[in-house]
Amino acid sequence: MTAGLSREHEEFRAVVREFAVAEITPYIAEWDKKHYFPVEVVHKMGDLGLFGLTAPEGYGGAGADFTSLCVAIEEIGRVDQALGITLEAAVGLGINPILTFGNDEQKSQWLPDLVAGRTLAGFGLTEPGSGSDAGATRTRAELRAGEWIVNGAKQFITNSGSAITSVVVVTAKTGERADGRAEISAILVPNGTPGFLVEPAYDKLGWHCSDTHPLTFTDVRVPADHLLGERGRGFSQFLATLDDGRVAIAALAVGCIQACLDMSVEYAGQRTSFGVPIGAKQGVAFQISDLAVMAEAARALTYKAAAIKDAGAPAKVFRQAAAVAKLYATESAVTATRIATQVFGGYGFMEEYPVARFYRDAKILEIGEGTSEVQRILIARGLGLPVE
Amino acid sequence: MNIVVCVKHVPDATANRTFRASDNTVDRAGVDGLLSELDEYAVEEALKIAEAGDGEVTVLTMGPEPATDAIRKSLQMGAHKGVHVSDDAIHGSDAIATSLVLAAALKRLEYDLVLCGMASTDGVMGLVPAMLAERLGIPALTYAVEVSIDGDRVTVRRDSDTAVETVVAPLPAVVSVTDQINEPRYPSFKGIMAAKKKPVETWTLADLDVDASQVGLDAAGTAVTSYQARPPRSSGTVISDEGDGGVQLVDFLAAQKFV
Repeated sequence: MTAGLSREHEEFRAVVREFAVAEITPYIAEWDKKHYFPVEVVHKMGDLGLFGLTAPEGYGGAGADFTSLCVAIEEIGRVDQALGITLEAAVGLGINPILTFGNDEQKSQWLPDLVAGRTLAGFGLTEPGSGSDAGATRTRAELRAGEWIVNGAKQFITNSGSAITSVVVVTAKTGERADGRAEISAILVPNGTPGFLVEPAYDKLGWHCSDTHPLTFTDVRVPADHLLGERGRGFSQFLATLDDGRVAIAALAVGCIQACLDMSVEYAGQRTSFGVPIGAKQGVAFQISDLAVMAEAARALTYKAAAIKDAGAPAKVFRQAAAVAKLYATESAVTATRIATQVFGGYGFMEEYPVARFYRDAKILEIGEGTSEVQRILIARGLGLPVE
Repeated sequence: MNIVVCVKHVPDATANRTFRASDNTVDRAGVDGLLSELDEYAVEEALKIAEAGDGEVTVLTMGPEPATDAIRKSLQMGAHKGVHVSDDAIHGSDAIATSLVLAAALKRLEYDLVLCGMASTDGVMGLVPAMLAERLGIPALTYAVEVSIDGDRVTVRRDSDTAVETVVAPLPAVVSVTDQINEPRYPSFKGIMAAKKKPVETWTLADLDVDASQVGLDAAGTAVTSYQARPPRSSGTVISDEGDGGVQLVDFLAAQKFV
């Protein structure tokens, strides 16, 4: 039992675990090797209701709390991190911006299929020359004769080029404010719009089963009503969803640590050297004890942050809890994969064992949805320090 | 259409199952219990039939207090209500007594179709569906791999080694289904939350007018007289090929009567 989780959360955890072990575990090594994005698993995750956990029932969702989504991400991530991030991004970056900022028509058009896992949506913010620096956005959108004309490029966009991607929300410069700063707006660009080109998927260190592409836009025309939310609020709208994403990534990291712990305990009990299981050696056993502490601590911080959000606490309180959970859980995950690989010795370096896949997958956790450095800045600011 | 699914709460088949030393009955306390995997197919089939028309699915189980978990899992999958027959006197009941109790409970319920798994994963006798039909005086269609409802008739397909049979019966009827019939759904979070509010009734033998002397270990027609743990798996035979590997393999298979 995890503090703060109800009996229903724990029962749901058991279901997602059963699902992941049955539907993902047997195939994941092969998919990872082939960099294959398993659309059929996305549909099955949809049937299980994972994409719609926090969406209102009117759009086919469960109207459940944020904690339940974290449970799902943790348990999928415990079996495979790439499918964990697929779920996290599908909800946090695909569904949530449309749900939060879309008008009724946009919501009715896109959400039912996204919530059911029949389609996916991406969020195009990062560019070759800009990430968190909104002012540097080079993608432009001009409103002419009732149409937005979009030109530019985006990179590292998750779920943007799969066979079932229906739409990508793109941030673009739509003008200049009175103070001379860039006016950034968000625009819905449906898949297949002429001029919208999905470039071949990246060759990544890890997350091989996650769908990530560079996108280019050349005179892409969409109707004026494809503006998502308020004109000029594109970036601040995005920022509003970041704290949720941090906790969700922390949940993914908890799944990674737990996987390292499970694999290490099993292996250290089986593998013998000098006539005894390696788990009998303090040098091994103590490191595995550390994994257990990391799993417990990261999980506690993650679900504390989720509970703060579910309780509707002030944004400032949630932001601090989210940054703390994200920083600790993701750095622990990277450490955990290093320890687990060490426990496995030479086999840990072989792709034959899943521990190698987790080792490759973990590093990005310290980077995506705000690097560890960004989290430290946020925490320091939360403490009232005049950090730059 | 009213569908009643008879389900059983069994010890997890993947755990280390054993018997109670005191009376040679299944040890239900030492191992986690769950809805019998084979019964999940019956629940799924009931839900599919109910969803295709206008049906209500009731889950019926008999067993000690933790057996209510089997009902809850079925309700989480989407069944509408549950009935739990729980009575200390039931402990140690065999298939004959089980069918007696379930039939008595069914007589108090409205049903057009009774669905069962093909067998439990603990006792694995597969007798209860036929016994139940006999006691209720309605047709039994067992080991179905396909079920369809047409008005007041049920049609099932049964696959055997020698033939594919299509069997038709008037409703009400008892149908047992195999693990080939469908792919049971996982409960969604929505389903888990909804199940909290679904009604579950608990009945005793007295509620069903069943005499306690007809059930339980003393009334059982079968008994486990002794048991022993399965011997640990042996390491197997390794044949190293020194030019005659093929012959050695065939000799091995012939000795085991595989060829």
